[in-house]
Amino acid sequence: MNTRLSFLLDGAEVPFTPGQSVIQAALAAGRYIPHLCYHPEFTPHGSCKLCTVRADGRPAAACTLPARAGLQVDSETEELRALRRTLVQMLFAEGNHFCPSCEKSGNCVLQSLGYDLEVHTAGFRHFFLDRPVDASHPDILLDFNRCVLCRLCVRASEEVDGKGVFYLGGRGVQRRLLVSSESGRLADTDIAVTDKAVEVCPVGVILRKHVGFAVPIGRRRYDVKPLRERALEDAPRGEEGTHG
Amino acid sequence: MSTPPLTPELEAVLDRHGRDPTRLVQILREAQELAGWLPPPLITALARALRLPRARVEGTAAFYSFLYLRPAGRYRVLFSDNVTDRMQGSEALLDQLCERLWAEKGRVTEDGLVYIDTTSCTGLCDQGPGLLVNGWAIPRASRERLDLIAGLILEQRPLAEWPAELFHIDHPIHRRDLLLAEPPTAGEALAAVLAHDADGSGLLAQVERAGLRGRGGAGFPTARKWAACRQAPGAVHYVVCNADEGEPGTFKDRVLLAEYADLVLEGMTLCAYVLGAGRSPTQGLIYLRGEYRFLLEHLQSALARRRAAGLLGRAICGRAGFDFDIELHLGAGAYVCGEESALLESLEGKRGVPRNRPPYPVTHGYLGQPTVVNNVETFCAAAVIARHGAEAYRARGTPDSPGSKLLSVAGDCARPGVYEYPFGVTVREVLADCGAQDAQAVQVGGPSGTLVGPHEFDRRIAFEDLATAGAFTVFGPQRDLFEVVRNYVHFFAHESCGFCTPCRVGTAILRGVMDKIHAGRGARHDLEQLEQVERAMRLASHCGLGQTACNPLRDLRTRFRPTLERRLASLDFAPAFDLDAALARARAFTGRDDARAHLHTDTLAS
Ligand SMILES: Cc1cc2nc3c(=O)[nH]c(=O)nc-3n(C[C@H](O)[C@H](O)[C@H](O)COP(=O)(O)O)c2cc1C
Ligand code: SF4
Ligand code: SF4
Ligand code: FES
Repeated sequence: MNTRLSFLLDGAEVPFTPGQSVIQAALAAGRYIPHLCYHPEFTPHGSCKLCTVRADGRPAAACTLPARAGLQVDSETEELRALRRTLVQMLFAEGNHFCPSCEKSGNCVLQSLGYDLEVHTAGFRHFFLDRPVDASHPDILLDFNRCVLCRLCVRASEEVDGKGVFYLGGRGVQRRLLVSSESGRLADTDIAVTDKAVEVCPVGVILRKHVGFAVPIGRRRYDVKPLRERALEDAPRGEEGTHG
Repeated sequence: MSTPPLTPELEAVLDRHGRDPTRLVQILREAQELAGWLPPPLITALARALRLPRARVEGTAAFYSFLYLRPAGRYRVLFSDNVTDRMQGSEALLDQLCERLWAEKGRVTEDGLVYIDTTSCTGLCDQGPGLLVNGWAIPRASRERLDLIAGLILEQRPLAEWPAELFHIDHPIHRRDLLLAEPPTAGEALAAVLAHDADGSGLLAQVERAGLRGRGGAGFPTARKWAACRQAPGAVHYVVCNADEGEPGTFKDRVLLAEYADLVLEGMTLCAYVLGAGRSPTQGLIYLRGEYRFLLEHLQSALARRRAAGLLGRAICGRAGFDFDIELHLGAGAYVCGEESALLESLEGKRGVPRNRPPYPVTHGYLGQPTVVNNVETFCAAAVIARHGAEAYRARGTPDSPGSKLLSVAGDCARPGVYEYPFGVTVREVLADCGAQDAQAVQVGGPSGTLVGPHEFDRRIAFEDLATAGAFTVFGPQRDLFEVVRNYVHFFAHESCGFCTPCRVGTAILRGVMDKIHAGRGARHDLEQLEQVERAMRLASHCGLGQTACNPLRDLRTRFRPTLERRLASLDFAPAFDLDAALARARAFTGRDDARAHLHTDTLAS
């Protein structure tokens, strides 16, 4: 077929198939758009706003924006880079992200985004959350103070594990991760360490016990290969509309 | 874990709602009216009964200010915390009541008797300070009235035995134009339409010709919305009336619902006629803000009267196939639920988080069906158009803003209340009418609107100039506009739904910076941070709340800059040395990150 659908991303043509979002098409075409709450295996959430682009001049989240033929999308502009740096700074200020002491270091998407966007200072005053960790479960540890509210664990628990162990409740800065048991403890749920919900957390909230520092810092996922390369590797690709 | 069985009263609540999980918010609200709060076993039992994950029930309750997951006291006294309430002395009154009842703000007393706190604007700015006691509105708080209330609480008298006078609310109207002066009587507009319009297309064309634009703030053309919804395929077409009226300083919908209920209901019924063409199923819903609980019975009896008169129900006005009825839902304390897609989520029993769009409500709204969401006043205007014709309507207002607008006038003026003007009226004319000499500023459209100063008092109320959902809050020369704006910044931080990063974190940062400046420790650097946050919020916020939350700050910065700069401890010197940051290494050594390992020079998060 020669009527290939495409839009322009920073001036370069990106092919897409109907139903794809701008970020899906871009990643499949080997073009990186920063993101945090988007995950190729789940319905998009559109909350972190790191993937914000300008589409025909109007700001929009690339993960929830349906691709449209002829759309002019700008992503790598100074305005949007500054926005993404501010957003990462906001997330670092909101949670307790002391990377050197975090088991997730090197495997953490937020930390890698910080490197990728060259965020060198927190910028804003820290909120100093003080939520107790939940160590009740024999195999899983929860540190609520690092949650970026991406809802990936909720989506994974509902859509893949069929359980509904997690939920994001509350409002505003009080919005937080809730565990589905009357005691509020993870041990009183039916979660298993093999659940998708455990694997999917992009930051250091849902941690597997007994594996602490089994892979030394420096040899972890994003130590070995930067975030943008990993994201492009993980992007699902059809036979059609891929290049690069 | 053993879950105690539900009481018969709770079973009755569940049955009344058909054990339907989309009724969760209504069920929680009614369960709380029975129990006073929502204890953990009750949450577990409701989750079981509704077959919902427990955390979803808990997380939904935690979203709404008026649902309590902890014991909340037998008497909950909430002081409305709009800037107008403060101007009328609400803060001192709150302290007075706390003292009288040995209570601490935000804490239930030891004996579980009373809980005193603040709440966002209750829509009683024309007769403030406003209060809510166990959800029931009390206007005109004063030392005397609070003494009376304190006595009643100490005697533990049930609310039903409190003097009715305490709860009496006036609905002052000081200027009437087309809408308020000549409203059609019940059924009159419907009869006029049904007489010559077989399928609603005539009415649709009429609303289009009248140029009606939505009165909820955005000014979207009403006919275009109705037409898109009418065309959208669906099993049921829904007509939703947005009576959430949460914008601080706005109360004109309260007055319409109280004094012109038939006009609102007639407008909704007319909309249903357009959507269903008198043939396919339609259903109406009113989302009434929890603060207006006192209007519930009044609206229910208005609905009953219309059913009895054949103006609701089956075969309306005798037209076979024209079936339409309206149901009432109460909100539970969340400003963001006024945003139309958040409102639909709340109607479906969920947290009020704005949806991703597309799809839009006109094609995929309530329960995924085509839905029109309109403001209370928009429905009233539609009924007036149906009765008096598009030409009479267009004869008022400006070419871009036809018709009239209701303003909620409050603050430093002699005659607060509702004023109806043709669009195009100047700020100065309104100020003269309401008796506001020497105003230094007016907040037009509430905190998400525009704060204008005297050099702009000749600007006009109209979509093309000063767009407004209706608030018109006057500030006299004695007011400190910095404190006004700080109040608004707190409001947005309290009401952010928390879904998206820029608004959730941004509003909290702004609140911290404003409090720091308030405490006399602000510097130029803080202004830069305000601007950095504002850029991110405007650019990337998910909904109108975050996109407009910085408007008061913008106006303070651009129109009243000296007021802001006067508050800065130093204009040029930004304290570069952050003591707390300097301790980071020591914290890392000792593995401590608790509160006492930090030097709190100011607080950011709450
Ligand atoms: C944060 C927020 C709060 C809102 N609150 C209200 C409200 O209380 N009442 C209202 O009618 N519209 C409110 N709106 C506007 C609605 O989203 C929607 O545009 C309106 O109900 C459409 O009706 P209209 O076309 O008749 O104006 C709000 C919007 C936002 C972003
Ligand atoms: S716990 Fe992890 S996966 Fe779940 S919402 Fe928080 S950051 Fe996202
Ligand atoms: S802008 Fe604010 S209120 Fe709107 S979705 Fe984002 S967090 Fe919620
Ligand atoms: S990745 Fe698109 S909003 Fe989070």
